[in-house]
Amino acid sequence: MKQNSVKKGNDRQSRVSRVLIYLILIIFVVFYFLPLYVMMVNSLKPLEEIRSGGMLNIPLVWTLDPWRSAWASAQIGVDPSGLKPYFINSIIMTVPAVIIATILGSLNGYVLTKWQFKGHGLVFGLLLLSCFIPFQIVLIPMAKLLGIFGMAGTTQGLILVHVVYGIGFSTLFFRNYYAAFPTEIVKAAQIDGAGFFRIFSRVLLPSSGPIIVVTIIWLFTNIWNDFLFGASFADFDSIPMTVALNNLVSSSTGVKEYNVHFAGAILAALPTLIVYIVSGRYFVRGLMAGAVKG
Amino acid sequence: MTDSRMLPSYEWLGWDNYFKLFRLRHWKISVNNLFIFGVLYIGFSTLIGLFLAILLDQKIRAEGLIRPIYLYPMALSFIVTGTAWKWFLDPGIGVENIVQLWGWESFQFDWIKDRNKAIYTVVIAAVWQSSGFVMAMFLAGLRGIDGEIMRAAKIDGASGFRIYKRIIIPMLRPAFLSAFVILAHLAIKSYDLVIALTGGGPGRATELPATFMYSYTFTRNQMGIGATSAIIMLIMVFSIVVPYLYSELRSEERK
Repeated sequence: MKQNSVKKGNDRQSRVSRVLIYLILIIFVVFYFLPLYVMMVNSLKPLEEIRSGGMLNIPLVWTLDPWRSAWASAQIGVDPSGLKPYFINSIIMTVPAVIIATILGSLNGYVLTKWQFKGHGLVFGLLLLSCFIPFQIVLIPMAKLLGIFGMAGTTQGLILVHVVYGIGFSTLFFRNYYAAFPTEIVKAAQIDGAGFFRIFSRVLLPSSGPIIVVTIIWLFTNIWNDFLFGASFADFDSIPMTVALNNLVSSSTGVKEYNVHFAGAILAALPTLIVYIVSGRYFVRGLMAGAVKG
Repeated sequence: MTDSRMLPSYEWLGWDNYFKLFRLRHWKISVNNLFIFGVLYIGFSTLIGLFLAILLDQKIRAEGLIRPIYLYPMALSFIVTGTAWKWFLDPGIGVENIVQLWGWESFQFDWIKDRNKAIYTVVIAAVWQSSGFVMAMFLAGLRGIDGEIMRAAKIDGASGFRIYKRIIIPMLRPAFLSAFVILAHLAIKSYDLVIALTGGGPGRATELPATFMYSYTFTRNQMGIGATSAIIMLIMVFSIVVPYLYSELRSEERK
């Protein structure tokens, strides 16, 4: 990144091609950035200004009203409650699910690498496969199970569903990470008389920082952004943010308040965007680990 | 394989639901759409991703700034993406309107309202969301390739384009494979995006198996048909993923 390695011998042609490369890259920057820009700009305009066209223009009159309305007073379903209660629902659902799935995944990864049992390869293969199962296939059996557990429509039920789904990924992350951890150290600790949990908490956990961050980011993004489970299993008082946003956007009768919709969409995207901006490097690592293994 | 409607019933029907499913026009439309959507989505995401990765690999100064912008859509929920693109593509206030205001008055871009073209708007939004991610995968692959190879080929007098076509791109095979598997299973699962962008419409023009399954199971109370379609989706995903995982795990064991 430091130097432009255009050699002296290279002539105008290469300069032209470099300008061209930058031009194309910038066009794509615009392509990726435009929707966010449009949402941002229009969420700060009064409705009349949007209707008169000019989606790309900077607001003539700046206003925060659409944001206030989206957060606290917009009509969602039958309630003029804004997105706030659903935002809280999403947090109550996401945080425990992330924590539980991370803990279970780290234990799984630990067992699958350092306490290998017969058939550990098969178990890992099946857990891996579970990452790819389409959500639709578990909808019906899961609805039934939640009914049996008496958790239908509750936040706990949603947490359970997300934990079950998250374990596949968190196990994958931790297994690949611990596989590179020297087994000799574990063996040595065993000889010193340390037990299963002692080795885990004293030997492996202290060096697991990066992979814990990757796992948490991955799970948080996925669970926060989930729509299907929320739409299928949530009851009136456990509806997550994504479902509420969709209700806000698609069901508003009468005037379509575009600016409120945009503000709501940004509110729904905010937590994951912040996570991404703060920890982009780890976010990419998680994506990669989910894709290219080992 | 039972005749469940509202509640599960356990009367065995054999393959009846499968025959019934395959006779439904609604199902045929959604499978057809999945085919169009899948091919275009995977194709364009891969092409754009590869293209951008190669460009970004040319020692670009602002890479650290550009890369996160390409990738951020992946952090968004499909519902947010769908909401944004819905208005963006809306003829009344979106792109069509802007271009007309710029002076090209006869410009038309109303695909989202057009039965025959609405599925392409789903492709556009989906490619917008995932092509940056594919770019990151290819970029990681490119960074893994030894710079010596590039230099040696240059000394032999090969042009930049030829080096990529003959040497570099074939070396990216694993990245292609992973990208394909990830994108294919995302395509089969696609539900949120369609719901937020078009709601399956206009009419049934953008129904996919995922939306079909949901509406038959929960809205129309035809759980039997819904479950059957879910099984077909599972078979589709597994037929792509199982061979991939099998070969990956195998090669890992050999290491």
